[in-house]
Amino acid sequence: MSDGPILDIDKLRIEVRNDAGPGPVLVDDISFTLHKGQVLGLIGESGAGKSTIGMAILGYTRANCYITGGRLLFQGRDIRTMSPDERRALRGPGVAYIAQSAAASFNPAHTLMEQICEIPIQLGLMSLPEAQARAIELFRELDLPNPDHFGERYPHQVSGGQLQRAMAAMAMAAKPAVLIFDEPTTALDVTTQVEVLASFRKLIRENGTAAIYITHDLAVVAQIADDIMVLRHGKMVEYGRADDILQNPQQDYTKRLVAERAEGHGGGQAQAQAALLEIRHVTASYTGLVRVIDDVSLAVSPGDTLAVVGESGSGKSTLARVVMGLLAREQGDVRFAGDSLPARLKDRTREQLRRVQMIYQSPDVALNPSQTLLQIIGRPVQFYFGRDRAAVRARVLELLKMMDLPADFIDRKPAALSGGQKQRVGIARALAAEPDLIICDEVTSALDQLVGEEILRLLKRLQDELGVAYLFITHDLGVVRRIANKVAVMRHGVVVAAGETKTVFAPPMHPYTELLLSSVPEMRSDWLDDVLAGRA
Amino acid sequence: MLRLVIQRLGFGAMTILAASVLIFAGTEILPGDLASAILQNTATPENLAEMRLQLGLDRPAVVRYVEWIARAAQGDLGVSLSNQRPVADELAPRLRNSFFLAGFSALVAVPLAVFLGLMAAIYQNSFYDRAVNFFTLMTISIPEYLVGYLLVKYLSVRWQIFPSLANVMPETTFVDRIDLTFLPMLTLVLVVVAHMMRMTRASVLNIMASPYIEMAFLKGLTKTRVVVRHAFPNALAPIIAVIALNLAYLVVGVVVVESVFVYPGLGQLLVDAVSKHDVPLVQACGLIFSCVFILLNLTADVLGIISNPRLRRPR
Repeated sequence: MSDGPILDIDKLRIEVRNDAGPGPVLVDDISFTLHKGQVLGLIGESGAGKSTIGMAILGYTRANCYITGGRLLFQGRDIRTMSPDERRALRGPGVAYIAQSAAASFNPAHTLMEQICEIPIQLGLMSLPEAQARAIELFRELDLPNPDHFGERYPHQVSGGQLQRAMAAMAMAAKPAVLIFDEPTTALDVTTQVEVLASFRKLIRENGTAAIYITHDLAVVAQIADDIMVLRHGKMVEYGRADDILQNPQQDYTKRLVAERAEGHGGGQAQAQAALLEIRHVTASYTGLVRVIDDVSLAVSPGDTLAVVGESGSGKSTLARVVMGLLAREQGDVRFAGDSLPARLKDRTREQLRRVQMIYQSPDVALNPSQTLLQIIGRPVQFYFGRDRAAVRARVLELLKMMDLPADFIDRKPAALSGGQKQRVGIARALAAEPDLIICDEVTSALDQLVGEEILRLLKRLQDELGVAYLFITHDLGVVRRIANKVAVMRHGVVVAAGETKTVFAPPMHPYTELLLSSVPEMRSDWLDDVLAGRA
Repeated sequence: MLRLVIQRLGFGAMTILAASVLIFAGTEILPGDLASAILQNTATPENLAEMRLQLGLDRPAVVRYVEWIARAAQGDLGVSLSNQRPVADELAPRLRNSFFLAGFSALVAVPLAVFLGLMAAIYQNSFYDRAVNFFTLMTISIPEYLVGYLLVKYLSVRWQIFPSLANVMPETTFVDRIDLTFLPMLTLVLVVVAHMMRMTRASVLNIMASPYIEMAFLKGLTKTRVVVRHAFPNALAPIIAVIALNLAYLVVGVVVVESVFVYPGLGQLLVDAVSKHDVPLVQACGLIFSCVFILLNLTADVLGIISNPRLRRPR
């Protein structure tokens, strides 16, 4: 092979074309080169075209998408002019792909080993024992437990972090020249993310593979990439050395991305009043066998924002379900404004229902796609206050205005709205009941960073105006520090630390709180080294 | 998983019991009872009453049901009214014939349907896909007796390849049986293949939208391998369920085809028994039909559970 770049992308353009004719341009005028051992970070929000670029390098476009301009040279050969069979042959030994959700990307019907050895064997690169030996070697490199027998398991039998590493092993099986990482740690908990990131970096460095690392998280990509390209709406915003982008961003958009983590706007004011919501020694489970939450006690005062943080499986969402009455508590008491709330939703009065509302993680699923915003937001107005049609419409318009949504949205259906707008509708629906407490279940985690930021600002403004209290369920410690005046850290169903945010997050900390805090990536390229050095 | 399987078996046993109650109740509410069926034209009120006493028909239905089902469980299905032979002896050769034809048809139809369905999924929206969909839809839409007579007209009368009558005897050799039952088999295959083929195609295509299928393509696998190795195993449960339904149909629903080809199967026996008011025989046929139906669906359930690694190998 010559010393030229492995990948040379020049003025790449990808468009949607369907029966109706040309659609939006997904990728426009993107150029970069990639050499052996080099890692390029592609960063941007959803719709920035970063996954589309990654897949184009594999000679793959999703339905109705077409590469309409530019060159994609892989070791000097243009991927665009290859035949379908040549493109297929490129995948595996040429370019390999690591997807965002390993849980969805592994076939549930086959063992990990079968899936990892599939490509080298299908292409006749290795015999079965050779491929298996290679897989076991990769398991060892990726720090997977019990590497000799790890491959015998089915995808559902291993944890998310392990599965994500198994997918890296699958990608490396045929010794590719280029690896495409497509948001590989986005679905993981922060503490797991650190380990997986470290494994990926080791893998890339030891094998000298070139890689493209796609993510929306600038702090994550800073740990692994040599160069960073910032994308927005399919166009390049900024391209340069990773350190330069982080420390000296030139473009306004990049500056906002870099600043996002650092921003803080203070939590709600703790008011010395009687508690609005009191959770006393509550225990709950789904099967009656394993306690999902165990002896949890927390209190929320009017105007408070209490953040409940923890990793997946910590019981934080279960706690929200118990407060809502969706899951009946087994022991303990939940008191609201001094009165005990019945354990089950169906035993609660309409007034009790009205005063506690909920906003959900995924507005796509939480809004009925066949109803208009008038129906969605108007329903609680009509249900709790029994207003007539004209009054309902007036109230919905008022709520839309409060959400900074245009009044003419009232007759639209959710499909016509963006993710951030849908989440605003979810908030409007909760506010329509004029509640005292809103439970926010991971309300920003399905949204892009800057959009999530706007939602947080909106929630804060509404709290200042209306005095509503929030019980904020999240796994994102950055969010907690910015909006919550109180915090409870949960692990394995137990509250390990609780209190004022500034106290809980200041030394001396509970060891788990410290682990969580230290796992949040920081906007500097040597952060991962420091963390790993600190833990060694 | 074992618990799930045992649970399913328990449900199956309960369903068979419930079906037996329905069959018994059904023959109970038919006009005319066993006594009047035996005496027929010689029935007078006096000897009717005597006959009922003799047969134990004066006792409550519940008692007679328990007696009947307990005997049936031990293999004693009673005595046929029309020729006084044990029902079990009447049934046995017919049952063998029915199973033979059903098994023969299934051996051809199931692999054919799965193969056609997979091919249709691989070449989705191609000419082949459209043609096979159209053709199988046509064969399922034409009434089966018409399919049967058309086959007889061409394959038997015009070209004389296969015999038109499937009048097998107990002493008929295996090879002759294959030859004799070829046309009824072909008729049944044409009737059932569409359903299974379409389900295979639809289930596989449904799975083809999954992220792990896109991943399989990104790994560089060929379409054939992606469909057969990655989509098909995950599409098995609904396909197995539809296959079971069709197998059950092949055993219990083929009376029309049996009539067309004069094939001595269970369906014919049941029709004869009903017209002769042969109550014990009707009850026995009903019981066997429901057992076949329930057992096949039960097998499908269990296979569906086994085909799912999440249930087969828990965490």
